Order: sequence, then C-alpha cells, then structure tokens
Amino acid sequence: MKAICFYFQIHQPFRLKRYRFFDIGNDHYYYDDFANDDIITRIAHKSYIPAAESLLRMIEASGRKFKCAISVSGVALEQIEVYVPELLDLLKKLVATGCVEILAETYAHSLSSLADPEEFANQVKVHDDKVNELFGVRPKVLRNTELIYCDDLAPQILAMGYKGVITEGAKHILGWKSPNYVYAAASAPKLKMLLKNDKLSDDITFRFSNTNWSEYPLTADKYIGWIADTPDEEQIFNLFMTMEAFGELQNRDSGIFQFLEALPRFAAERGIEFITPSEAVSKIKAVAELGVPFPMSWADEARDTSAWLGNQLQKEAFDKLYSVAERVRLCDDRRLKQDWYYLQASDHFFYMSTKHQADGEIHSLYSPYDSPYQAFTNYMNVLADFIVRVEEQYPLSIENEELNSLLTTIRNQAREIETLNKEVSSMRLNIEHYNEEHALREKVAEPEAKPAPKKPRAKKEIKADTSVSKPKKASKPRPAKTKQTPEKEK
Amino acid sequence: MFGWEFPPHILGGLGTASYGLTKGMWECGDMDITFVIPKPYGDEDKSFAKIIGASQVPVAWRDVSHDYVESRIGKVMDPDEYFRLRDKIYADFNYMRTNDLGCIEFSGRYPDNLLEEINNYSIMAGVVARAEEFDIIHSHDWLTYPAGIHAKQVTGKPLVIHVHATDYDRSRGNVNPTVFGIERDGMLQADHIITVSELTRRTVIDKYGIDPAKVTTVHNAVVPLSEDLLNVEVNRPKEKVVTFLGRITMQKGPEYFVETAAKVLKLDHNVRFVMAGSGDMMDKMIDLAARRGIADRFHFPGFQKGKEVYQMLKASDVYMMPSVSEPFGISPLEAMQMGVPSIISKQSGCAEILHNVIKTDYWDVDAMADAVYSICNYPAMYNQLREDGMAEVAQITWDKAGRKVIDIYNKVLGKA
Repeated sequence: MKAICFYFQIHQPFRLKRYRFFDIGNDHYYYDDFANDDIITRIAHKSYIPAAESLLRMIEASGRKFKCAISVSGVALEQIEVYVPELLDLLKKLVATGCVEILAETYAHSLSSLADPEEFANQVKVHDDKVNELFGVRPKVLRNTELIYCDDLAPQILAMGYKGVITEGAKHILGWKSPNYVYAAASAPKLKMLLKNDKLSDDITFRFSNTNWSEYPLTADKYIGWIADTPDEEQIFNLFMTMEAFGELQNRDSGIFQFLEALPRFAAERGIEFITPSEAVSKIKAVAELGVPFPMSWADEARDTSAWLGNQLQKEAFDKLYSVAERVRLCDDRRLKQDWYYLQASDHFFYMSTKHQADGEIHSLYSPYDSPYQAFTNYMNVLADFIVRVEEQYPLSIENEELNSLLTTIRNQAREIETLNKEVSSMRLNIEHYNEEHALREKVAEPEAKPAPKKPRAKKEIKADTSVSKPKKASKPRPAKTKQTPEKEK
Repeated sequence: MFGWEFPPHILGGLGTASYGLTKGMWECGDMDITFVIPKPYGDEDKSFAKIIGASQVPVAWRDVSHDYVESRIGKVMDPDEYFRLRDKIYADFNYMRTNDLGCIEFSGRYPDNLLEEINNYSIMAGVVARAEEFDIIHSHDWLTYPAGIHAKQVTGKPLVIHVHATDYDRSRGNVNPTVFGIERDGMLQADHIITVSELTRRTVIDKYGIDPAKVTTVHNAVVPLSEDLLNVEVNRPKEKVVTFLGRITMQKGPEYFVETAAKVLKLDHNVRFVMAGSGDMMDKMIDLAARRGIADRFHFPGFQKGKEVYQMLKASDVYMMPSVSEPFGISPLEAMQMGVPSIISKQSGCAEILHNVIKTDYWDVDAMADAVYSICNYPAMYNQLREDGMAEVAQITWDKAGRKVIDIYNKVLGKA
C-alpha cells in the first residue's frame, strides 16, 4: 500500500533592526518589532491559519484518515505566542486530533549542527521541552534546520533518542535511487531516513500556479494519479514543504486550498493512505543504507549548505558567532541567552548570500535588506555588541579551559557548601532535639522552674549561626519541628 | 565623431568614455572612425581612429607652402590633409580670429568663453563634414551638439548624440537656460540619442520632453588596466584609508563625505579620509572638516592626474562616491579594478549595473558611515567586495558597449 507523508514547516526569524556601528555598546535591543509583528501576522492570516483550518477540515472529513506532520521552530513559536495566539490554538487543536505529529528541530532554526554538536543537542532539547509545554507531546522524529543532514550527524541524532530523521532527497546523493523508500543512515543503521520527493514537493510549492508549466493546471486527481502510477515497490511519498506554499507562495485564488482539501478523497479512491513520519519509520523497513559524506539541505540549486555558508561574508559571520558559543553556555543571563538563540537563525546568513543567478531571486525575495553587504554589516554590528556583552560576563583574556576549571571549582564549592549546610542543619536539629528532650526531662523533674532560661539561649546560638550561612533554609524547619515534637510527645 | 576630450589629455570622465567607446567599436570591426577633437597634442593613440584637430582645420584661405604647414602642424596633422580640408572652405571667415594658417585656435578645455568656442567648433565642423566621407555623425556631449547638427545639415547624414551628462546633473536642478537650449536643440535634431544610464535616459525623456522611442541606454565600461598600473608602488599609511576622488563640486556631494568621516572618526580613530581633487567647493570643505574637528584625519592632496590616481587608489581601503546626481560615474569601476571596495550613491548611473558595491542614498550619512566602518573592521567584508568586485568589473568591457552602439547605427541607417 502506498502512503503519502506530508510535513509542513513553519518558521519566521526575528529580523534585526537597522543597527549602526555607533550603536555598538550603547543599544542592546536588536530586533525590528514592527516588521516581525507585521510579517508573521500577515503570513499567518494569508497562509498559516487558512492552511491549518484546511488541515482540520481534511482530518474531520476523512474520518481521521488524513495525517501529516508539522514542524514549528522555537523562534516562530515565540512569535506566534506573542503576535498570533489564535494560530497557536489552531495548532493545539490539530495536535489534539492525534493525526498531526510535531517534529523535533533546533529551537533557533540554527546551523549549529554544522559547528557545535553540544549547541545542537542543547537546542533540540530546548525545542522538545517547548513543544511538550505547549502541545503535551514529545517529538520522535527530527527535522534539522533546512533539512541539513550528513553522516557525521546520524550517530548523535540516534543517541539523542530519535528513531528517524527527515532530510532532502538530493540528486547528487541518491543518484539512480528513488526517494520513495525508507533508508537507513550509513553511519548509524538504526536511524531511518525519510527523503523529500523533490519533484512532487516542488510541484506544489513552486509550480502550482505557474501558467508556463506544461502540467498547468494541476488538479488533485492528476497529482494523486502520478503517485498511484509509480511502481508498486515504491511505498512512501515524502512531500515536505513550507506551510507558506499555501496562500503565500501560491495565492489563495490559484485554488491551492481546494487542491489540498481534495487530495484525501482522490487518495482514498486510488487506495493511497496518509502516514506520519513516526509511523513511517516504525512501520516501513529500510531498503538500504544511504551514505551522505557532505552536508546536504533543501535550499538552492546545489542542495548543499552554500545558501548560508557559500561566501566569505557568511563564513566570517558564522565563525564569529560560534566562537563565543562555549562562553554563552557558561552564562546564565536570560536576555543574553535569548539573543543568542535569535542571532543563530539561519536566515541571517541566508540574507548574506551573493548568488546572482536563479537562486539569487529567492534570496532577495525573503531578505529585508537591499544587498548582501548591508545584511552582513548589520549583522556584524549586532554581533559585535553581543560579543561585548558576553565579554562583560567572561573576559576573553581568560582561556576557555581555565574559565571552565574555575567554574567547576566554584560549582564544586557550591555543592560542598550545600552538603555542609545540610550537615549543619541536621546537627542543629539533633542539638535541638537533645535540648528539648533535656528540657522535657527537666520539666518532668522540676515543672515551671528551669526551661525558661535555657530555650532563649539555644535560639540565640542558632540565629548567630544561620546568619553566616543560609538564614531562610536553616531557620524555617526549626520552628516546625519544635512544634511537632512536643505534640507527638503529648 | 565629434568629441571634446581625448586621452591622455583629459579633464574628466568624458574623454575616458569617448576613447573607450571608440576603441570598443573599432574592435567590433568593419568600421572607419574619424574623431574630431578641439586640440590634439600629438601623443594620442591613433591606432583605431583618425584624429582631426579642430585647431588645424582651416576656415579661411591662406596661401601657404607645404613645408610651412609641415613645420607648423606636422606633429599633429599630415600637410596633405590640411590642403584637402582647405579646398572645402565654404564661406569667408576672415572676420573671425584666425591664425596664419586660417585656423581658429581652440583651448580644448572649459574656458570662460566656452559658448564662443562651441560656436567656432561648429563652424569648423562644416569644413570637416564637406571634406570627409562617412555614414553617420556621432556627437559626444552638449559641447559638440551644434557641430553635429551643422554636419547633419550639410550632408543629410543621420545624427546620433551621446548624452554623457545633462545640465540637470551638473547644477542639481538649477539649469543654465543657454546650456539647456543647446542640449534640447541637439536632442530634437538627433536621429537617435544614446544615454549612459537609465537615470540619464529618464532625465532626457522627462526634463527635455524627448520621445522615449529614440532614447537608448548604453552603459559605460572600462578599459582593462595595464600590469604596471595594477602593480604601482605606493607607501601605505598604517591606518585604513577612505578616499573621495573627483571634482569637489556640488554634483559630487563632497559634504556628505565629510559628514560620514565625522561620524566614523567619532568611534574609530584608526581611519584616514582623503578628498583628492579640486573644485569650487574645496575651501568650503576644508572649513567644514575643521569645524567638525577632524582636520587631523582629513586630507586634501589636490588634483591627481595620470599615475597618481592609481597610486591613490592603491593606497586606499575604501572608495567613496556620494554623488548627488551622477549620469554614470566611471571612477568606482576604476577603483574596483584596483581592488578597492566601493561605496556609491544610488543616484549614480553605475549603480544600475554594479552588484558588488555598497549602494546607499547620497544623503544617508549613517548608512555610509556604517559601510565604511564595516569594510574597515570586518576583513571578510573587505575581501569579498574586493574579489567579487574585481571579477565583476573585468566583465564590463567596451566592446560590449561598442556592439550596442553599432546596433543603434544599423537601426538608424535602416540596415537592421
């Protein structure tokens, strides 16, 4: 039985405001709130919300047979929470049907997997927590930023507890192979790979309303027909696309929503079912192992990482950013951490691309800047200020390792102090017990005579002690216990 | 072709552009070009065009011997040529100030009696038009439009005029009515108009009221630099150098350069600013730099010529052209050839074809300061602009421009 595996991406970066070099060190707020609000609200109303509503209708109309996956980057989730909470409600509703799976990805939509494995693991975890907090589910399949994947990543992804990974079906990797099977990662055979079917995905994303296209107009009937007419062995059709394809890249009046909603009906007629990525990796066996020696992605003609790291500007900015990664992880300033995530968004590097041919068009379509040079200047100015702030916390003159060892010493000491404190308080309790018992004994022996002067003395001693270490923790349990013990004994 | 300047004796971009275009057209082959200039010095490159000096064209009959002509002007013109031209004198211009050879002396510069010189040039053009054989007349810039019109009236051959600049660019809108008159007259009489940028094309159409159908843009290009210019030796200061190179006039927006310098120097003291060139706003700029308190980092080396230009560029880290209105602006292309990252105003014609430069509005001092800081402080930015810029400018060659001009000729002659 053939199955369609849909996955839709929602992502919007925090765009930076015009940040001049004379702002470095003076202004620590980097974002263009107006543009961010404006863009996500516009796209949500034009695309995300109607598309989510369509999906909801499709699930209901098909009797929960329609299934798909959605991935929302952490930075997009934050923007949705602030600017378009109604979209969040819709997403929650979708997840609640049980037919929509949420995928794991990097919180910041970052390229950290290419630079810093620790940062990558950390971000995926933070994203999982966020998803869990909002939707009450934990993702099982990972989609790395822009579908970036290579052999080096597979063991880590598997170790992080994911059973499958979603990536591109790049021609230079597949060669004669078809993307319509489940593959296993060559470097970690237990990890299954779902590869994007480029042709069928892009038919919807880019070509649907193109009147010059030989297949125009594309109908649901025809589209499902293409899938049904493939050889029987081809089991899974991975249609991965950005959710903006519906309503934004393809206009509402092109009929894209009607097309989408008609798919389940025609699929049912031809005996094609829908499947979520996690079902796919657990149900379908891998046909072969697939090695990916160099990172691939779903962007640009080359399907590699050149969209973000193709020229000197991008590499410089990228290296500068990750040069402070370790230090930022040592910090616990919340605003600093937040900026750290926002600055890592791959989009900032995307804007710096100097490709001028066919790919250049898509780069400048999304870019809020006039030129890649402007994008670079602005980003570097912001980054310079950010690094100044990191340095204020931990000066660069100290080596990372030295700093690390100092910090572990401090942490160890803190732990030691804690255990000592515990010891002190338990000792204190013992003393009190002893005192109380002693007092009671005296009470029994000489009622109303001696206990009065002894108790205050004990209190004083304790107070003097606690002011040195932790006053609140040590002093609180004491009155409770003193109350309890006499009661018990009564 | 009628022109006013020709290398190596040039005063501005006009000479460079006329030379490059002529050479580019010659490279496309199958073309004989006669280039008329006011005053040749004898060291012009004559390999691809015949050069006639207006100062050697007789307009009044003088009975002189071959040897005498040889000794007087042999350096710049063949005596036989002189006699051939002398046969074509069409009226008695003895009332004009002519010399012993019956020629009118031209300065070949932009003197105070420029209008008189333009008129004399047109009188001389009548003789040349009668003596030479040609299919098409090409006039470079408004100074030679009257000559072009005259030649057209005499021969009936089609006239193409080449607009390198308009008075709207030179005066920031306060046009000189006489100049405007000459320009418009030329445009109306021309069979086709070539502009150096889309920006200029719009000016010609909107301000001069010309039919858009007969106005075409052919962007300028650059001649590849020779090895010894590329490797010119120069001592670099240890600071970064930001350079402005050009006439210090209203059109070039020098005050924005000074304001940018003030902004950058406030935060980054490791930069020097150089304003090379001369012009009527120079004193004002020296004054402004002093008032901003940046005179210690702001330099005025004066007018640069020939090799000095390339030495200056070689020593620079950033080239800036904040022109308020620039029909084309060939100097950023030269800076890019020397591997200097350039910042240009969006109001420049060359901004239409360049990608690997920083473009800002001429008044956006903040953006320019930001760009200067960025190039000086982020090596990746400098290297990317430098390398991509050199690669890009190497593709902008005159033979492509020449090919387009030839296509226009064919269209005008009804051959296409």
